[in-house]
Amino acid sequence: MPEKKIKVLVAKPGLDGHDRGAKVIARGLKEAGMEVVYTGLRQTPEQIVRAAIQEDVDVIGLSILSGAHNQLFPDIMDLLAEKGADDILVIAGGIIPEEDHDFLHDIGIKAIFKPGTPIKKIVEYIKQECQR
Amino acid sequence: MKELISRLKEGEERALARAISLVENQRFRGIELMKKIYPGLELPYLVGITGPPGAGKSSLSQEIVKEWLKKNDKVGIIAIDPSSRYSGGALLGDRIRMGEIARNPGVFIRSMATRGVLGGLNPTIFDTVLLMAVAGYEYILIETVGVGQNEIDVVDLADTTLVVTVPEAGDEIQTYKAGLMEIGNIFIVNKADRPGVSKMELVLKQMLKLQKSDGEWTPPVLKTVAVAGKGIDEVVKYCFEHYNYLQKKGLWQEKRRRFLRQHLINLLEEGFRRRFIQPLSRSEDFTSKLDNISNFKDDPYTVAEKYLEKTGIAVDEERGWQER
Repeated sequence: MPEKKIKVLVAKPGLDGHDRGAKVIARGLKEAGMEVVYTGLRQTPEQIVRAAIQEDVDVIGLSILSGAHNQLFPDIMDLLAEKGADDILVIAGGIIPEEDHDFLHDIGIKAIFKPGTPIKKIVEYIKQECQR
Repeated sequence: MKELISRLKEGEERALARAISLVENQRFRGIELMKKIYPGLELPYLVGITGPPGAGKSSLSQEIVKEWLKKNDKVGIIAIDPSSRYSGGALLGDRIRMGEIARNPGVFIRSMATRGVLGGLNPTIFDTVLLMAVAGYEYILIETVGVGQNEIDVVDLADTTLVVTVPEAGDEIQTYKAGLMEIGNIFIVNKADRPGVSKMELVLKQMLKLQKSDGEWTPPVLKTVAVAGKGIDEVVKYCFEHYNYLQKKGLWQEKRRRFLRQHLINLLEEGFRRRFIQPLSRSEDFTSKLDNISNFKDDPYTVAEKYLEKTGIAVDEERGWQER
């Protein structure tokens, strides 16, 4: 029966070519009852934001291992704001050094998950945030 | 809601996305929205594409849409994937293969999960088609996975149905549900650069010969290599030929009527489930009846009948629909 599901976009911005982690997360979220849109590798900020809007997702999960997060994430957040879609919860994971966390939180990334974070923790976080 | 509707009519993507979410997740409000936008609607050309997983439907969809975009500004795509029976969640990955067209400002792609609706397409999928029509999309491609019952139901929705297979499926095609052979208007063997193409082509043509023909339309069997863009213009050409065939034979109206009929039935079933069956199944009386049934004291047939009689509708095969 149709009922409200949490919809998540798992996105890989930039030229990062490794998506095993993203796929593991995507599967984990699906097993937790969420509807997960995965758009594949090498997404531009424009592609990510457009997909998020068309799919009307509740959450965007950015997965990045290339170190380009300080360049790419602000572009994504700016574009979301420009399109009036900054009410979407944005979280991130991958290789993101601690010293960059403050900056990323400032631009609106609500949570950053280290590699190896149990899926359960991410699921619980999302469910809690989406309750509001 | 008025504001949403006017933004929707202007073709604003966010409004369309929000409207679709409304019919998916907030059914009552969604239905209110549908009531307001339905009068005066014009249905777009709907092409359904189905087949087993891995056949290359998404790649093929992308190529077909690229052709359509040469003559049309706006194309809508609905990509349907199955919901997990256990978790209720879904992995919606069709966008991966549509990266190229996703950049086009006139292309709107929405991924939808089947959400476990038994024996029929989720009515919200058809509502989504209607919403896209309001937003000005004149061509809509609906992609479904051919693993459940749903791929056969897409034919209720689509004007032209494309069935896609791959050469490797050669022998297995014998076990394909007969329904898949019946519903296809155009058959496509994708990944035609692989061995086994001719065999598959032959098998399909033979199976089609055994089908009762749909008037004067003989479903063609086409070969494509979607990722290389080969064979696509043939596919598009036959789509238009089928479209013209439907128009010429006056079948267009008939098809429309058929799926609106199905949609009405889906809405009735949905409403009945929601307003009668669901609350009933949560009642104490239901639980106690179930206890008796489990102990083989009461039989479920009589229990069901008694409940149905409460709706004021006579359950009588001979007399059919009757109010008390």
